[in-house]
Amino acid sequence: MPLIVDHIDKYYKEVRALHQVDFQVQDGELFGLIGPDGAGKSTLFRVMASLVVPDRGRCTMQGYDVVRDYREVRKIIGYMPGRFSLYMDLSVEENLAFYARVFGTTVDEHYDLVREVYEQIAPFKKRLAGKLSGGMKQKLALSCALIHRPGILILDEPTTGVDAVSRMEFWSMLQKIKAQGITIVVSTPYMDEAELCDRVAMIQNGKLLEVIDPASPREEANLQLFSLSSSRGVYTYLEKIRGMEGCRHAWLFGDRLHVTLESGADAERMREVMESWNDPSLKLQPIKPSIEDLFMALMEQEGKEDTVTGNRI
Amino acid sequence: MMAPQEHIIEVKELVKKFGSFTANDHLTFHVEKGEIFGFLGANGAGKTTAIRILCGLSYPTSGELMVAGHDVYREREKIKQKIGYMSQKFSLYEDLTVSENIRLYAGIYGLGRKKILSREEHLLERLGLSHIRHRLIREIPLGWKQKLAFSVAIFHQPAIVFLDEPTGGVDPIARRQFWEMIHDATEEGITVFVTTHYMDEAEYCDRVSIMVDGRIDALDTPAALKKQFESTNMNDVFLKLARR
Repeated sequence: MPLIVDHIDKYYKEVRALHQVDFQVQDGELFGLIGPDGAGKSTLFRVMASLVVPDRGRCTMQGYDVVRDYREVRKIIGYMPGRFSLYMDLSVEENLAFYARVFGTTVDEHYDLVREVYEQIAPFKKRLAGKLSGGMKQKLALSCALIHRPGILILDEPTTGVDAVSRMEFWSMLQKIKAQGITIVVSTPYMDEAELCDRVAMIQNGKLLEVIDPASPREEANLQLFSLSSSRGVYTYLEKIRGMEGCRHAWLFGDRLHVTLESGADAERMREVMESWNDPSLKLQPIKPSIEDLFMALMEQEGKEDTVTGNRI
Repeated sequence: MMAPQEHIIEVKELVKKFGSFTANDHLTFHVEKGEIFGFLGANGAGKTTAIRILCGLSYPTSGELMVAGHDVYREREKIKQKIGYMSQKFSLYEDLTVSENIRLYAGIYGLGRKKILSREEHLLERLGLSHIRHRLIREIPLGWKQKLAFSVAIFHQPAIVFLDEPTGGVDPIARRQFWEMIHDATEEGITVFVTTHYMDEAEYCDRVSIMVDGRIDALDTPAALKKQFESTNMNDVFLKLARR
């Protein structure tokens, strides 16, 4: 098993960063960790990279314990931290050569693995890393994390703050690296990227809410979810819907509202009430929950148990 | 068409050059009073440069620009009094408390002591933050921080508020609550000028402009843009434009 995270706790003074986090990643899998800032994703990556010692629980990478066998762990992983760890006063090619040397290899030895990514920045190979754009830094950092052909690649929020086009390009690069047999663990705050993973762990407030397979049907969520659309725009209906009997919650979702009904509520009754709103373009249709819908539903459940702040905002 | 005096921002042929590099290449657009105007574009397309000029922080190389009725060349200080600004990266002081941040910003925008005290009470109550008013900003969750930062940016009731990627990294529920706050602000007559990398958020705007390589390549309502680019969502529109 490339990665086993076994009931990990991590505290920073009294702040609980990770609580009983427990999951496993299969060979050759593209595994996503999804959650907002402050959920504990970066702490978990530091544990996996042997940079932070958990207070409880165990983590192994290809059988090596991240605490006891940290030297071996560091050889077999490629780690791309949230703030790219590039040497800003070295050039593009110097950075790559440096990372290769540190891992006791050469740029040529595994060049086939990084070619796809590196050739996009190769025209600027004499430029200092500090002078690169964000997108180019990201590609160089990925090349540096791959140059020793790691067994497991762990990427902490590689696409944060990156525009939609660059994000798509980055994910297609990940698919190609995966095809070369490298196991990948990647975190992101963007819910749409979760759909591109083989499996996704949802994290919030240091807890793993659930691990799901984005491709499989999501009946397990047991959500009575509907989409409300109107050619007149849906924002004006938001408060009205929330005030209706049978509505558990309603949220903006692009140009629609996503409405979750209370269990046992009758959508037909709601449609009847909506007829009195005199908008023939108004449609309430059942839909399957997206990853984001699931995440929000799980957050709502957690929120009810979470009494730290008294009221959610 | 709205009457010209309803244009809270009027930009004609804005050009901004840094040496030989053209960051803003003849931008012409307007923002209507009270609307939510989405200002989208890829990294490096020139959005931040344009926002800095509109906020009176940088001079254009050429072009005519009026913001809240003032000229960006001659009346920058007047513009600064009429706008609010918030970004993901810079919003509140982490080592000051909730209450201290509110008072600091209100003071900078020139509100009197009495006004600050009464509005602060009202704000804390509305946000449900009264019980943590004396907590340091770095101790409160990001979602709360961003909502507070937005409230602080509009505390002096500006004509326009500029929001530069306000929801980056925020959880999906807090992100939506944030947008409901934006809608509420427009109901109080505040115009909202916003950038984002979340394409679903582009749908919440009244009109959206998309910048590519220093130019505005598309500007319309989300519905019209989707029709024009034969797309079902704004993400598709964005990808089609950026790859042209």
